[in-house]
Amino acid sequence: MAKIIAGVGSSHVPAIGAALDNGKTEEPYWKRVFSGFEKSKRWMANTKPDVAIVVYNDHASAFSVEMIPTFALGCAAEFPPADEGWGPRPVPVLKGHPALAAHIAQSVILDEFDLTIVNKMEVDHGLTVPMNLLFGTPKEWPCPVIPLAVNVVMYPPPTGHRCYMLGRAIRKAVESYPEDLKVVIFGTGGLSHQISGPRAGLINSKWDKSFLDNLTKDPKKLTRIPHLDYMREAGAEGIEMVMWLIMRGALDDKVDEVYRFYTVPASNTAVGHIILENRRKAANKSKRPPAAKNRQAAARKSAHRIASKGQR
Amino acid sequence: MARAQQDYDDIPGTFVFDAERSRQGYGINMFCMSLMKDENRKAFKANEAEYLKKFNLTPAQTDAILKRDYNRMLELGGNIYFTAKLGATDGHSFQHLAALMTGSSQQDYAAMMLSGGRSVEGNRSRSGKGKPAKSKSNKSKSKSKSSAKRK
Repeated sequence: MAKIIAGVGSSHVPAIGAALDNGKTEEPYWKRVFSGFEKSKRWMANTKPDVAIVVYNDHASAFSVEMIPTFALGCAAEFPPADEGWGPRPVPVLKGHPALAAHIAQSVILDEFDLTIVNKMEVDHGLTVPMNLLFGTPKEWPCPVIPLAVNVVMYPPPTGHRCYMLGRAIRKAVESYPEDLKVVIFGTGGLSHQISGPRAGLINSKWDKSFLDNLTKDPKKLTRIPHLDYMREAGAEGIEMVMWLIMRGALDDKVDEVYRFYTVPASNTAVGHIILENRRKAANKSKRPPAAKNRQAAARKSAHRIASKGQR
Repeated sequence: MARAQQDYDDIPGTFVFDAERSRQGYGINMFCMSLMKDENRKAFKANEAEYLKKFNLTPAQTDAILKRDYNRMLELGGNIYFTAKLGATDGHSFQHLAALMTGSSQQDYAAMMLSGGRSVEGNRSRSGKGKPAKSKSNKSKSKSKSSAKRK
């Protein structure tokens, strides 16, 4: 059985990709950003997922205004990096996992999430920057990737609650896939930033910190945040933080926060990063005393109860 | 036709790219998208007004593009991820555009970002306090009522 073992939240600021591609990682400004992901790369190297599901948004690369799918699942065998105006980023072509992607599509559509299936798609910095931050700059990516592109460019994006429940449905889909696969799910974008209009440059660190705290401890609270609050408090483009709730919804109710990093700014954006592990992974390793195991069992049960209810 | 009032119109200094603006600004965004191709960039640069005729733009939209009035483009339905492609065609960094839209010099804008960005204090609500603060130094003048309530 396939299993989602952990979730990763990460900003996907394009300038981070440009800094990597132009050899600026050692400059003090960028070193401050990249040093925050050193531990994460080690974590990822140890975790060795078999598949990564990456929730991200396209920025007028694969989708213009001709088609604006709310949720688009990449089911292709490969996803080339998009040319965003400066030539495609010099990163390896991403290999997909068409079998698991098709399984997820079938399962979540029957769970009433009407995904768009994408069998040909280029992926932009929204996906490739978090890949670099967690996997470094290898010649080939160490695992296949299933991209899930979410519309957060045209208002309204899906609600935080909808995103969270889609995460639940994805988890159910993954857990019904017969092959033994370790899956890590990424939520990307954010944190607070506004890059448009006279209010551009907005950053709200207090909001970001509270978002990260609740992501670990009380994600249901985050699912009730209206879009207006995201835009007002975290910037017009900060609304892309709803994508992190898909990642969180795919995890257990109780998770271990194994790492967090936050810095301001990278270009116009607050950089946020978090790694959350499902406890059952730890339980399977038998690292915890029996009492803790029982608590986890209870948490697992309640997680399943909520998932099976389908609605709040 | 007048734009229907939305709750998010209360956010100062912000043009939310909603379904209505997406409809209205289709031509602006498709024009910007066309600039992803080098031959189109060259054709645009060779005769801007002529090139823009292909995109079914209103006179106001054409004017905003020719004048590189980025805020007006957003107001008329442009989206920042698209209009940024026009900035890139002109050879500008994104920070240059951000500074333009905020009415500050690129140097000041960069300094504001390095010192933690534009504060949300005083920048939450139009109705609470009138005009958006232009920079951090203005924020003390403009305390938003709604911001106090929201915490």
